[in-house]
Amino acid sequence: MEFDALLLSRLQFAFVVAFHILFPAFTIGLAAFLAVCEGLWLKTGNEVFKRLYLHWVKIFALAFAMGVVSGVVMSYQFGTNWSVFSDKVGNVMGPLLGYEVLTAFFLEATFLGVMLFGWKRVGRGLHFFATCAVAVGTSISAFWILSANSWMQTPQGYAIDGDGRFYATDWMEVIFNPSFPPRYVHMMLAAFITTAAVILAAGAWQTIKRHQQKPTRWQMRMAAGTLLVLMPLQIWAGHWSGEVAHRYQPAKVTAMEGWCETADVQPTVIVAWPDARRDCGINNSIAIPGTSRFLFKTDEPLKGLDAFPESEQPPLWLVFYSFRIMVAAGLVLLLMGAWGVLKWWRGTLDKPGLFHWLALPSGTLGFVAVITGWIVAEVGRQPYTVYGILRTADSVSPVSAGQVATSLLVFMVVYAIIFTAGVIYMFRIMTKGFDDEANDPPKESGRAPGSPLASVRDMAEPVQAAPAKTGG
Amino acid sequence: MDLPLIWAVLIAVAVMLYVILDGFDLGIGALTVFARSETERNLMTATIEPVWDGNETWLILGGGGLFAAFPLAYAVLMPAMYIPVLIMLAALIFRGVAFEFRHKAVREPTRIFWNGAFAYGSLIATVAQGFILGGFIKGITVDGRVFAGGAFDWLSPFSILVAISLLLGYVLLGACWLFLKTGGETQEFSRKWAKRALIGVLVAMGAVSLATLSIDPRVTERWGVSMTSVDFGTFWYLVPIPTLAGVLIYMLWKDLSNRTLKPEWRPYLLTVGIFLAGYTGFAVSLFPYLVPFEITLWDAAARDNALGLMLVGAVIMLPTILIYTAYVYKLFWGKVNLEDGYHG
Ligand code: HDD
Ligand code: HEM
Ligand code: HEM
Repeated sequence: MEFDALLLSRLQFAFVVAFHILFPAFTIGLAAFLAVCEGLWLKTGNEVFKRLYLHWVKIFALAFAMGVVSGVVMSYQFGTNWSVFSDKVGNVMGPLLGYEVLTAFFLEATFLGVMLFGWKRVGRGLHFFATCAVAVGTSISAFWILSANSWMQTPQGYAIDGDGRFYATDWMEVIFNPSFPPRYVHMMLAAFITTAAVILAAGAWQTIKRHQQKPTRWQMRMAAGTLLVLMPLQIWAGHWSGEVAHRYQPAKVTAMEGWCETADVQPTVIVAWPDARRDCGINNSIAIPGTSRFLFKTDEPLKGLDAFPESEQPPLWLVFYSFRIMVAAGLVLLLMGAWGVLKWWRGTLDKPGLFHWLALPSGTLGFVAVITGWIVAEVGRQPYTVYGILRTADSVSPVSAGQVATSLLVFMVVYAIIFTAGVIYMFRIMTKGFDDEANDPPKESGRAPGSPLASVRDMAEPVQAAPAKTGG
Repeated sequence: MDLPLIWAVLIAVAVMLYVILDGFDLGIGALTVFARSETERNLMTATIEPVWDGNETWLILGGGGLFAAFPLAYAVLMPAMYIPVLIMLAALIFRGVAFEFRHKAVREPTRIFWNGAFAYGSLIATVAQGFILGGFIKGITVDGRVFAGGAFDWLSPFSILVAISLLLGYVLLGACWLFLKTGGETQEFSRKWAKRALIGVLVAMGAVSLATLSIDPRVTERWGVSMTSVDFGTFWYLVPIPTLAGVLIYMLWKDLSNRTLKPEWRPYLLTVGIFLAGYTGFAVSLFPYLVPFEITLWDAAARDNALGLMLVGAVIMLPTILIYTAYVYKLFWGKVNLEDGYHG
């Protein structure tokens, strides 16, 4: 393997986008959670929801800032590192990204200011509107970027002109390309699940440390319930993604499944390892035979690796194991959700126990599944950037390996610093628990959550309790 | 309809909005280097905290819009500016998270680190933008459809001059914004810095203008002015631009010297006018090149069906965005004052 500009650009892209997606995965879900909490507070008047809101919005502010700065990096990557790709597909992908900026980014960024700093400036209704605008903005943003990505996976509605540049012939076909609906559903669910797992973990920590408060109990119930409801849907959406991939990107599914030979009925491979004695180089004999009859509704033979020349195959092991990690993470989260709801039903959810200890590491599983899921989707479509048409090798910018190596190094160092700091600050807020009732901003002296003084207070030792005041 | 021309104008407007909006928050960031206390620093950041993210979004529209409307220009310019873009992004990352992190740091050294990240991140991002602008005006080497120059083509005495000028300009914008949003000592501080920056801007604008004239014979011809002679037939039409800049600079100086100035938003508005004059000057010099002096906006344009589709979105969304942006600015209008409860 030669560390040329191509390989380095691929590593850099994978690194910066994987870093970026950690934050959207969390902020999309958290924005929705905050909107729900604020809505419930306005509707029921129950202070618990307000405290939940004011607590999680501080974490949201941190995560959102990190999402924004790493996202700005992304929007320049296409030009700096994939300029040939940009020139060729700009006519098709450009408008999708343009719409993302016009319809989503401005909405999020502008109303974020009101959401974080307008608590005292605007009425309750308007503040709630701002929160909803941010939440809606994040899901519109995901809509456009996933549409662009899906078009690269399953291109349609385009033609190629004389000098090799793509242009759209039917925008509806471009936007709603075949892999877009399942990908959008799967990703949005992934975001909600990831957030629920984090919220559950934070609640479990407070329970273990025995500074559980009323909102802790609510947040654990909401999170466990969300996991139990959404995980089955996610399995269904994942299956739908797999079906579409099978139809349009059979080589990807072959690598995901680890199938060697083309056959009418294929097994579900549990574990596989390299094996030089077999033609395809894998030993996949730990498997449940015959399952493809239920999973893939098709009459045609299911292709194995032998159906594709080496130049058309994606990297096998990365795709194969990433897929298994994602599915395993999902199953564990399903279990945690079910177990949590069971404990809620039995009335034991608030007593620390094994469940709470297991919920802590499970808080990271959403992120694990998101990253590995994207690796399946993206590495699985190699060696193409636009599937079947434009190769990754023909997409890269005319920049030197030295420049890309430098930029990759810079991003690694910068991201390591801000990631460490950001995670520490988020942890500090999450584990500390909720402000005492008396501490949350009462109307007359209140500071907006996330504002300088609110944060100054976060640092201070327990603040002198001011008379509690309802409303905010 | 000449869609490429419409889009060139739209993107030029987006970039201009970026400059006058993010310009002031980057300028204030750079000014925090000189903040005299932590309270003053908090006051300075409080004037921009609710709006900086929206301001920076114009940069994404600039980059994303270029990709969408002029993919060829995007594909040529970005590799050419690889290093300054990288520096800008790294600096923007640090300053962006520092908005949040500097309040969350508990220990003194980390707090100082994030304060530094905020101040120098703003400063370095500005200088990097100056290098991008300077390298862009200087011209780009192109072969066929790809960038064919070297990694450091953007670095030249000219681009250094532009970078310094842009920094002075942003500091001026920032100081005028601070003047509007604060009172008392901090307002005096901003007045002092606005005056300093204004002198710098005056010198820098003159120097950059002269240097631009000698960059390419086409620019000289466009203005009818060279180092040695002036063609009044041509120059006459363009004289209003430098004159306007001069008048605005004079008015701003008077305003800043007036201790009882009302209304206090005037300095900021005048600075915007100065920027507009300088910006128009560049536009006159470079039109119709999107990659000076190689690719025109018509060569670089996306297909009409792509431009048309986006135009529909832009016609609906840009006014909407401007309305809600204006609304949010109005919401946070008025002086910030930490003691009184900033949100009271
Ligand atoms: C499924 C969702 C998703 C995916 C796959 C991506 N993003 Fe993202 N992005 C978001 C969801 C998101 C978001 C939820 O809208 C963010 C995250 C946190 C935030 O601040 O907004 C965001 C922020 C964000 C920003 C800053 C916007 C702002 O200032 O508000 C930019 C420029 C990008 N992204 C660009 C990209 C690019 C070029 C991507 C692909 C290569 C990408 N994102 C993948
Ligand atoms: C946000 C989640 C995403 C993750 C984690 C991700 C991950 C990756 C990875 C790991 C690769 C490298 C594959 C390889 O080279 O072997 C890659 C390639 C690529 N992805 Fe994504 N991707 C994501 C989203 C997107 C989106 C939304 C787009 C476009 C709109 C996109 C465009 C590309 C392009 C152009 C490449 C080609 C460059 C390359 O091969 O490295 N990706 N991605
Ligand atoms: C448990 C059952 C699951 C199945 C069967 C499944 C299936 C799949 C498949 C087949 C893909 C590839 C789609 C493609 O390449 O076009 C995929 C991608 C992905 N998965 Fe899963 N998945 C599951 C669980 C999860 C969970 C729990 C998460 C996150 C919380 C997740 C997040 C993702 C993401 C972010 C992607 C990349 C985006 C996309 O292509 O949809 N998955 N999944």
